[in-house]
Amino acid sequence: MLKLIQRQIFLPLLLCMTLFIPGAQASIFNPETFMLDNGMQVVVITNHRAPVVRHMVWYKVGAADEAPGETGIAHLLEHLMFKGTKNMAPGAFSAAVARNGGQENAFTSHDYTAYFQTIARDRLDMVMRMEADRMTNLLITEEQVLPERDVVLEERRSRVDNIPSSQLREQISAALFLNYPYRRPIIGWEHEIRALDVDRILAFYKRYYAPNNAILIVEGDVDVAELKPLAEKYYGAIPRGPDIKRDRTTEPPARADIRLTMEHERVTQPSWSRRYIAPSYNHGLTEHAHALQVVAEIIGGGPSSRLHKKLVLEDAIALSAGAFYGADELGPSTFGVYAAPKPGVEMAQIEEMVAAEITKVLTDGVSAEEVRGAIERMRNNAVFAKDDFGTAAQVFGVALTSGGTVERVEGWLDKIAAVTPETALQAAKAVLEGKHHVTAELLAKPQS
Amino acid sequence: MKTMTTKTAFRHLSIFVLAIVMFSFATIQSAYAVKVERVVSDGGIVAWLIRDHSNPITTLKLSFRGGAALDPEGKEGLAHFVASTLDEGSGDMDSNAFQKALDDRSITLRFNAGRDTFRGTLRTLNQHRDDAFEYLRSALTEPRFDEVPLTRIRAQILSSIKQDEEDPRHRASQGMFETAFQNHPYSRPKNGTADSLKSITPDHMRQFVTERLVRENLIIGVVGDIEPETLKIYLDETFASLPKSSSAWALKKITPQLTGTVKVIDLNVGQSAIQFGQPGIARSDPDFYTAYVLNYILGGGGFVSRLYEEVREKRGLAYSVYTYLMPLDASAAVMGGAGTANERVAETLETVRDVWKKFSEEGPTQEELNDAKTYLTGAYPLRFTSSSAIAEMLVGIQEEGLGIDYIDNRNGFIDAVTLADAKRVAASLFQPNNLSFVIAGRPQGVVATD
Repeated sequence: MLKLIQRQIFLPLLLCMTLFIPGAQASIFNPETFMLDNGMQVVVITNHRAPVVRHMVWYKVGAADEAPGETGIAHLLEHLMFKGTKNMAPGAFSAAVARNGGQENAFTSHDYTAYFQTIARDRLDMVMRMEADRMTNLLITEEQVLPERDVVLEERRSRVDNIPSSQLREQISAALFLNYPYRRPIIGWEHEIRALDVDRILAFYKRYYAPNNAILIVEGDVDVAELKPLAEKYYGAIPRGPDIKRDRTTEPPARADIRLTMEHERVTQPSWSRRYIAPSYNHGLTEHAHALQVVAEIIGGGPSSRLHKKLVLEDAIALSAGAFYGADELGPSTFGVYAAPKPGVEMAQIEEMVAAEITKVLTDGVSAEEVRGAIERMRNNAVFAKDDFGTAAQVFGVALTSGGTVERVEGWLDKIAAVTPETALQAAKAVLEGKHHVTAELLAKPQS
Repeated sequence: MKTMTTKTAFRHLSIFVLAIVMFSFATIQSAYAVKVERVVSDGGIVAWLIRDHSNPITTLKLSFRGGAALDPEGKEGLAHFVASTLDEGSGDMDSNAFQKALDDRSITLRFNAGRDTFRGTLRTLNQHRDDAFEYLRSALTEPRFDEVPLTRIRAQILSSIKQDEEDPRHRASQGMFETAFQNHPYSRPKNGTADSLKSITPDHMRQFVTERLVRENLIIGVVGDIEPETLKIYLDETFASLPKSSSAWALKKITPQLTGTVKVIDLNVGQSAIQFGQPGIARSDPDFYTAYVLNYILGGGGFVSRLYEEVREKRGLAYSVYTYLMPLDASAAVMGGAGTANERVAETLETVRDVWKKFSEEGPTQEELNDAKTYLTGAYPLRFTSSSAIAEMLVGIQEEGLGIDYIDNRNGFIDAVTLADAKRVAASLFQPNNLSFVIAGRPQGVVATD
């Protein structure tokens, strides 16, 4: 009923998908792919279930590609992409999509920025024309930037400043990553958002928005034969931009465990978490990326997981407990565990219990039955993922803007199915054994 | 989301622990060449079905009429508590065994309580369908309500109630319900209070199950890879043993007591949550579709509504600003919301009031009406998102008694709205003098009148 219109929403949904549906399904999506002459990759996932398409353009640029001092510029640009171009008046893009019964949105992460419309298949031509137009013809003025910057500041207030746990999460990222740009918030630090102006935003746009730095993904009632001429006509006509190398500062070895404690008067439910830097599909010891998903599922992926059984059910000291890991990042990923204590339970006890469970995994390993169960659940969830329109486009978009390939996505289930108790233990040891970590406590401020 | 975290709406906790900042968006899908079948089992259980053989999955949504508004005085939160514990053990399976059985088979089985209905979802791979329907039957007819899981879930609900108390949006919304529905069950907190939850016993919950989860209140929608003949068998096996009927109830009709007041709920936050509302229009009103189109133009539309333009686009006062129609069984309201820095709340209020007044006086333009119609009719197919969203629609259409051909007819109702209708209904529906505000935060320059 309630419809919230949000250009960019930070929700854990996708991470849960990473836990449960971590990439995709062995040869289930069956996409077709081709390359335009100007270097723009195209992926088509045909699905005739309904006369509808989702049309997405993904740019290989995100908050982790921003220059020092301009955090938030990728996200603010995403907002400003809905203003006018040389060919379209401000607001005309959204008005045209709506008038044609389409829905649209956009989102920004550390590694990518994406724009999409969902619309009747016979309007695909129109949205492709308009999306291609704003890839190079964007016009923005000071008069537009100022109120939009205020909008983003309100967005920051509602997502971060108003929510103690979100404030703490920003601090955690800045502590966990000493030098890698994932330490910066995607939405930006407030003082740096305030300093963004037209010139800097346009320079960013001109550098990164070009066909060879973008990927076109269309899912739905269309096939390659139909899409290719349209893609060539609209996107193929755009000249190639400069080659972009994603040079990011890298992480030095951690030398210390870090502990963050935040007390806040509006916290009513304390919580505890611990994070380790982990490999992703694209960074670090990548050979462990699949096994780590199985490890996370076993330690803390659901009602059958070790942390839930021990802390929530058996000892009943926590209201919730679990683990999280995703492998999609272009850079280093994070392996985390968390718990929320029941009233009256000391944080120290929670920490001790979670740490004991991790030690147990490192000492005794995981059982063949646990591995089998985790693989089975992940396999099942892959079928559900296929049933949800838009998931395939999403999965390919994330993978292809973050160093992955179509083949890797399609081979995900085979890799997961090949995980054994031995490879799971090796992966767990590589990330958790004797490694430095960041522990965070969110606490209620004692009333004075 | 994980079963574990959704059970008691542990949003804040789960968000806290997630390191990766991500986004979500409305997953949008489309109409199939839709054919709705009315399936009646030998035992007389009715379900509406859309067959879809794309994937080996079956999704069922159910709704029992009567929701949290019927919770007895002092037992607020009963329906929600039952919904949160119905999947915590039944028959000869205790909570752990039941949850493990679901998890091992990747079966989604969950319940939730709205103000007017008690709803359930079952989603399963076809290879586990026999088990899935059996677990649903068992949960509905022989739940155990064992002490251990009850204690655990009660603690989770108490925690989430406390968290809601510090959430500006929740406080503003609850404040609006208290103003609008004084002395009526709709004003009470849906999930209960610390006191009410502690007073609820397993006996109360068992009584709820026998009295309320009965066949005459039941509505079912099914989508997926299943044949009508197979569904009939499942319907009888699953629902035939439910009690047939319940004692009648009556929820007193109420016009929202919204008379143009401004209420401030003090919370120490930098951005105030603003809720606004006024009396609305019943779902059964002949002018409902006109009101629906008007709401889209005023504040229901994506990046193109009047409020979006004035509040966000021109003035940068809020990240999101929206309105919606809220028809309830015993009332109706037009509701809206925005979030604005404390210093600028007064300006947001003034802007919303001005837009409201102008829209009431002038109604939409012909162009706005045309654009609204082409959007609403063109986007209708996109609403058929996943199997689960379609099944939910099948339930909703039955609840409102809209007829089995509604999906085919619905766009016709939108197209039939004329400019004269729109202006007439805008003038009567939108009442700037009754537009009331509840603000949770520390707004500046705002005079509270309530």
